[in-house]
Amino acid sequence: MTRDKNAKKQGLKNLPVHFILIGLCVIWLVPTIGLLVTSFRPVQDINSSGWWTIFSKPKGYEEYQTYCASCHGEDGSALPTADLSDPDLVQNYKRSFTLLPSLTSDINGQPHMADIPVPDETQTADIIAYMKRLAGIDTSSTFTLDNYIDAFTGYRGNNTYRADCASGKQSLDLYCDIRDLMNPRGMGRAFINSVLVAVPSTLFPILIASFAAFAFSWMDFKGRQWLFALLVGLQVVPLQMTLIPISRLFAQLGLNGTFMGIWLFHTGFGLPYAIYLIRNFMGSLPKEIFESAYIDGASHWTAFWKLAMPLSIPALASLTIFQFLWIWNDLLVALVFLGGQHPVLTYQIGNMVTSLGSGWHLLTAAAFISMALPMIVFFLLQRYFVRGMLAGSVKG
Amino acid sequence: MANVIFEHVVKKFGDVVAVNDLSFVLEDKEFLVLVGPSGCGKTTALRCLAGLEEVSSGEIKIDNKVVNDIPPKDRDIAMVFQSYALYPHMTVFDNMAFGLKLRKVPKDEIKRKVDVAAKVLNIENLMKRKPKELSGGQRQRVAVGRAIVREPKVFLFDEPLSNLDAKLRVQMRTEITKLHQRLQTTFIYVTHDQMEAMTMGTRIAVLNLGVLQQIDTPQTLYDKPKNLFVAGFIGSPAMNFFNGKIEKKDSKLVIKADGFEVEIPKEKNKTYEYLEGKKVIFGIRPEDIHNPEFLPAGIKPALIKSIVDVTELMGNEIFLHLKPRENDPVYVARVDPRTRVQVGEEVKIAFNMENIHIFDPSKNPENPIAIR
Repeated sequence: MTRDKNAKKQGLKNLPVHFILIGLCVIWLVPTIGLLVTSFRPVQDINSSGWWTIFSKPKGYEEYQTYCASCHGEDGSALPTADLSDPDLVQNYKRSFTLLPSLTSDINGQPHMADIPVPDETQTADIIAYMKRLAGIDTSSTFTLDNYIDAFTGYRGNNTYRADCASGKQSLDLYCDIRDLMNPRGMGRAFINSVLVAVPSTLFPILIASFAAFAFSWMDFKGRQWLFALLVGLQVVPLQMTLIPISRLFAQLGLNGTFMGIWLFHTGFGLPYAIYLIRNFMGSLPKEIFESAYIDGASHWTAFWKLAMPLSIPALASLTIFQFLWIWNDLLVALVFLGGQHPVLTYQIGNMVTSLGSGWHLLTAAAFISMALPMIVFFLLQRYFVRGMLAGSVKG
Repeated sequence: MANVIFEHVVKKFGDVVAVNDLSFVLEDKEFLVLVGPSGCGKTTALRCLAGLEEVSSGEIKIDNKVVNDIPPKDRDIAMVFQSYALYPHMTVFDNMAFGLKLRKVPKDEIKRKVDVAAKVLNIENLMKRKPKELSGGQRQRVAVGRAIVREPKVFLFDEPLSNLDAKLRVQMRTEITKLHQRLQTTFIYVTHDQMEAMTMGTRIAVLNLGVLQQIDTPQTLYDKPKNLFVAGFIGSPAMNFFNGKIEKKDSKLVIKADGFEVEIPKEKNKTYEYLEGKKVIFGIRPEDIHNPEFLPAGIKPALIKSIVDVTELMGNEIFLHLKPRENDPVYVARVDPRTRVQVGEEVKIAFNMENIHIFDPSKNPENPIAIR
């Protein structure tokens, strides 16, 4: 019973903390949600209204309710003689100046609007927009995938990829079939390039660092401490400082603009931190496990693959996530060493917006395309963060 | 099936000497217990034998072959660690099969050996579990099982029971003893618990500060400790020591200690004669101190007077904390449970002079040698 009370007290105590946390999460999430919503809206909508308007009624709904709904009904079909859901009838009122006279004139000797005041011009235009929706003339949806399709295919026109292809007016670099996913200007191609850059650049340093970390923690050799200190110290070298010398070196070796070059670069810069992190983890594994394995007949090689690696999975997983994200989101190194030859996502996103600032509706979609893989990686590996792999190996 | 020989083994860590000139011969099928207080070098000695530490000097032989430069995996030994050292990501079966797999034993052979070991240790139903799903006792069994399947020449145990609760410890103790009888292999067992040492070992090596104090059968160690350290270490409660002096009184040798005087039995006179007039340390075990009302048959009692300080009733016996005079140091007696005494009361106490220990501090004052 006292425990219950304590739990309750604890809960109440934590309440403000929870509120603050939830509040922070919401504040943090709102821009992202806005971006996500925007990425699914048509260009015209994006340019005319904010993303939050998707939660409100369609344009003209308010005005229609005020001025027309009492006689014509919610769906416009209440008066058989003036059925507003009839496209032919609505077709006659395309502009506010065609509808307004009808509103001010008499119908069957009675004023059209009776006691209700006549709407002004803007309101009338909104009402017409709503009538078009009622009549089914305006079927344009507030939801579209065009932004994603345009971003994937690298479409740069004034319309949409689908519309251009449907009318046959696509630009010369488009085929209007699956091949467009490989368009060098599109996010599809960039996505593949990013994967080609990020996966080896993540796996190489982590594999090499694991070997090094094992040696640093479990193999006795002279100068081990000093070498490790030196390695950790190497982390102070800023990456930006090395861009030019390495770029010149790569130019001599013919590595500029190749995947091999960028793999080497990321491997080199990933190693010190990776070794540091994995060594600290491996070094904290119980010594007896390895001693026991050596007595059981294991060589260093077996001990590494059968014990050190599987037991270091939590560290390896978190390091994989960090290294992968860092490379995936990297623009600088990719820009310097790959440039436009093999455009990666970050590079391509930068190119989405023209110098005049148009085309930024594609940015939202492009951003989510580039976010997709990191999200998957994170959710696949995140359970390793919390899991205690060592539980049960030693006493306790 | 092999013997183990230590020849002048020294192990230094920097300036610290962990094992100092350790020599002993362990015959095949013996069960040797290395015992001593923590930091005495017993575990280091074991690790040197296992090959986990390199000896600084001296030779270690297994099966009459020097193994100094042989890596652990080729020494044909198996070790059970204090912390069990199970491989946490493997099932119990894989844990036990690991060593055999590395030695490229055929699969069905592995299966057979592991099953046999599992049966011996009564863990057949745990084979698919991971170590974290096991209790402490079960983990210990798996660790022992992992050693058994290898069928090594020598088994090494490094305080394997110290993480278990008292009841389980007693149970595992007998099981390991039984295992030794069944396997008929050389066992070396390290512990700081002299109770474990006494009950399990065929021989016990007592170490202190890296130096071997005595290596003998449990009974000899108990009856005839070689020096003050062994005398004080083996036995619970520990032996009582009194500073005293040997004197001659009416042609009889007596020990004159603070607050009392006891006569040395005639047949021992010869041994102690030369100590006459010298300072000695007189030792007697609590179980050799009796209530004169309930004297066992056939002992040579010497009566003294003491004041009762504390009484501890154990049920089957009573521990009396006594002091010869008000300000003398306290000693412990283990007396008959029928004894009825009050705290503060002056009582008569009988020392069994048959089993006295006299240490001569003039030889090695830090750890006086027992004179017999």
